[in-house]
Amino acid sequence: MKNSRFLFLGIFFAIVLSKSQAISWYRFYEMFTFQSFHMFGIIGSAVVISAIFMQLFKREIVKDINGKVISPKKKKKGIFSTLFGGTLFGLGWGVSGACAAPIFVILGFQPIAALLLLLGALLGAFLYGIISKKLPQ
Amino acid sequence: METILQPWPWYVGGPLIAITLFLYFYFGKNFGASTNFETLCTMSGAGKVSDYFKKDWKERDFAIFFVVGLVIGGFIASNFLIPNQEITLDSNTISELNELGFTRVAQQYFPTEIFGYQAITSVKGFLILIISGILIGFGTRYAGGCTSGHAITGLSSLQWPSLLAVIGFFIGGILATWFVIPLLFS
Repeated sequence: MKNSRFLFLGIFFAIVLSKSQAISWYRFYEMFTFQSFHMFGIIGSAVVISAIFMQLFKREIVKDINGKVISPKKKKKGIFSTLFGGTLFGLGWGVSGACAAPIFVILGFQPIAALLLLLGALLGAFLYGIISKKLPQ
Repeated sequence: METILQPWPWYVGGPLIAITLFLYFYFGKNFGASTNFETLCTMSGAGKVSDYFKKDWKERDFAIFFVVGLVIGGFIASNFLIPNQEITLDSNTISELNELGFTRVAQQYFPTEIFGYQAITSVKGFLILIISGILIGFGTRYAGGCTSGHAITGLSSLQWPSLLAVIGFFIGGILATWFVIPLLFS
């Protein structure tokens, strides 16, 4: 099954996030108070190495498994929406210590609390879907 | 085995996250996690309420496999790969959290004051998690991505909106840590 590779990639990513403590509430608290380098090191090194990969994709040195050129989707450009949406996300992230992928990983650690976070996140996405046309973009 | 059971330092975690991104793109898809909230809404029938969710979720079935993998991976990690969840924290962080009334700081990944049974069954604790979740779900959709989609994928492919989003993430995170948490727990 073609999709099973994403299943294994998910398992791998979850283990990486767990073992490097990037799902721990305390690590985010520490990051936002600038009292530790740990999370900055993780995100920073991930971005720098990913940037090298992106160059390999852009120069077509590496193509995808089907031989197609890899180009990441262009992000939407609204200044207000990215900044304000980002700030709202940051508030939830800072209080709960969870972002999008870790919410699913935390289900394996603290199932009930993570379920509440997930339920909230689905409600939030639903809410956005309903009112998105009325929001300044 | 010993190395696997020890906590991994940042210079192991960061590069392995980059390798995840590499494989995700190599497998032909865009790396990101927050679109899955939308897909799960679509799968639950949100299309009946809003046209926004009238999408074919089968186009994103690979992402559902990824999400299931995340849950399985979390379960494997918590049960077999992390013999104790102790974290070495900065001493200032520990004393600050102690002052806010947090006990057993850094003895497990998640503070009992937010994730513990007593906390989540209280009205305050329940609301903290649900509202945080709503902010995460709503905010990532409004901003067009999360830590994976903007901070890792967007920044590494040099996209300006992602830098703006990451600045937003940090404004929110700092407000939460410096003002909201002390307000909630003092």
